[in-house]
Amino acid sequence: MAEVANIDRTAFAEWLQRVGDNALILGHRVSEWCGHAPALEEDIALANTALDLIGQCQLWLGLAAEVEGKGRTADQLAFLRDAGAFHNLLLVERPNGDFGVTLMRQFLFDAFHIELLRALVKSTDSRVAEIAAKAEKEVAYHLERSADLVIRLGDGSAESRARMDKALKSLWAYTGEMFLDDAIDQAVAETGIAPLPSSLKAAWEATVNAVLAEATLENPGQAWQHKGGKQGIHSEHLGFLLAEMQFLQRAYPGASW
Amino acid sequence: MYAQLVKSEGSKTREEMSPEEIAFQERIDRGERIEPKEWMPEGYRKTLIRQMGQHAHSEIVGQLPEGNWITRAPTLERKAILLAKVQDEAGHGLYLYSAAETLGISRDELLEQLHSGKMKYSSIFNYPTLTWADIGAVGWLVDGAAIMNQVPLQRTSYGPYARAMIRICKEESFHQRQGYDIMMKMASGTPEQKAMAQDALNRFWYPSLMMFGPSDKDSVHSAQSMAWKIKINTNDELRQKFVDQTVPQAEYLGLTIPDPNLKWNEEKGGHDFSEPDWSEFFAVIAGNGPCNEERLGARVKAWDDGAWFRDGLMAHAEKAASRRHAAE
Repeated sequence: MAEVANIDRTAFAEWLQRVGDNALILGHRVSEWCGHAPALEEDIALANTALDLIGQCQLWLGLAAEVEGKGRTADQLAFLRDAGAFHNLLLVERPNGDFGVTLMRQFLFDAFHIELLRALVKSTDSRVAEIAAKAEKEVAYHLERSADLVIRLGDGSAESRARMDKALKSLWAYTGEMFLDDAIDQAVAETGIAPLPSSLKAAWEATVNAVLAEATLENPGQAWQHKGGKQGIHSEHLGFLLAEMQFLQRAYPGASW
Repeated sequence: MYAQLVKSEGSKTREEMSPEEIAFQERIDRGERIEPKEWMPEGYRKTLIRQMGQHAHSEIVGQLPEGNWITRAPTLERKAILLAKVQDEAGHGLYLYSAAETLGISRDELLEQLHSGKMKYSSIFNYPTLTWADIGAVGWLVDGAAIMNQVPLQRTSYGPYARAMIRICKEESFHQRQGYDIMMKMASGTPEQKAMAQDALNRFWYPSLMMFGPSDKDSVHSAQSMAWKIKINTNDELRQKFVDQTVPQAEYLGLTIPDPNLKWNEEKGGHDFSEPDWSEFFAVIAGNGPCNEERLGARVKAWDDGAWFRDGLMAHAEKAASRRHAAE
C-alpha cells in the first residue's frame, strides 16, 4: 500500500522529521572533519558516511514535507527551521570532540539506526519502506566500520583505550533517549509505519555489549539519561550548528543556489 | 595543475649518458611505459617522486578550502555534491601516494616532507574561499586548470602515474562541471549573487593562471622533464589553452575577466592576456600566501592529533597477531 490513511499527518510528518533530522545533524557533524582526519582513509570514510547521511536526510525530509502538505521542501525544512523545531536526538548534536568521541558517537548511533531501519523496511507505508531499504544497506556498512574501529581502539594502546573509555562514558547519558516512546511514536507505531523505539532496545544492547566486550571497554550500565531532542528541547550546541549550516539561506532569503 | 616548479634532476647530453640511460631514453621516445620494477635513472625516479608527491599533497591540502564551505553549503544537494567532490579529492591523494610508493618512498615519508615544508603543494590552495561563489570558481577555474595539465599526463611515461591520471581525469571533469554549474546559478541569480560570482572570478583568475608555473623562458626544469615525458606540454602552452577555453565560458556567464589587456589575437589564433604577478607567486610558494599558515597548520595538526589513533590501530594489530601466533 502506498499511503497509510488513518494517521494524523502532523504526527507522521514530525516523526519523519525526527528520522531526517538525525541524519542531517549527524551528517553535518561528520562533515566537519573534512580534511582534518587522522589518516587519509578516514577522511574518505567520513566524507562517505556524511554523504550517505545527507542523502538519507534528503529523502526523509522530502517525504516529511510531502506528508505535511504545506508546500515546504526538504531544503526549507533543513535551512529555515529554528532549533526548537528540530527533532533530532541529543546524541547526534554532540560536538565532535577528539576522533574517539566522533567514532563512539557514530557507533552508538549506528547500532540504533540499523535496528530502526531494519524495522522500517517492513513499514506499512511503502514510501518509508523504500527509503529504509536504501538506507539500511548504507548504515550496515557504517556500523561495520564504526564497530570495527571501536574494537580496535578499545583493545589498542593504553592511550587509545583510555580515550575510547572516556568517550563512551561521556556519550552514554545520551543513549537512553533513543528508546523513549512518546505520543508521536505511539501514533506511528499504531498504524504500523514504524516500530516503537523501546522495542529496539534489546537488539541495540546486544550489539553494544558484544562490541564493548571485544573492545575491552566497560558498559557504563545504569546512569542518568538526558532527553528532549525529539521534542525540540536541545543542547546549546545545536544553535551554533544551525547558525553555520543555515547562514546562506538566512542571509540571502529567497535566493536560488 | 597541481605540480609547479618541480625540480628536475640535471639534464644530460647523449654523449654524457651511460648505455643504460640511452636505452631508457629510447624506450621513452618509442612511447613505451616505464613500470615500477624496471630500471630507471635515479634522476627520473627522484623527479617523479617530487612531482607525484606534490600532486598528491595538493589533493589533500585541496580538501581544506572546499571543506571550508561544506558545513555552509546552501542546499542539501549542494552539500552532497561538494562532499562527493572533496571525497574524490582525498581518493585522488590516495591513488597518487600509492603510485608514488612504487618508486620506493612511503606515504609517511612523503607526509613528513610535506609537514616539514620540504615538499610543496599547489600555490592555489593558499588562497581563501571567502564566499559560496568561490566554491564555484574553484571548480570552474582551479579544476579546469588542473584538467588542462592532467589530460596530457594520461600519456606520461610512468605507468602507475599515467593510470592514476586516467581515473582522476574522469572525476575532475565532473568537478569542473559542478563548479561551472554553481557559477551559472550565481551569475544568473540576485544582484548580490552576481556580485559574489564576479568577485570570485576577480580573485581566482590570476592565481589560476599561476597554477601552470612560471613562463617557459624562466622555467629551468622543463626540458629534462619533457624529454622524460613526465611533462608533456610547456607551461605557456597550457596557460594559453586554459585562457582560450575560459574566455567564452566567462562570456556565457556574463562575467568579466579582470584583465584589460585580454583580447583575441587573430594572427596567433589565441588570446593575448596579462601575465600574473610572478612576485606574488614566488611569495606564496615561499610561504607568504594568505592561507599558507592555516593550510599547512591544519594538516600538521590533523596528523599530530591523530597519532594516538594510528598508534592504537598498530597496537591492536600487534596484539591480534600475537594472539593468532599463541593460538597456533
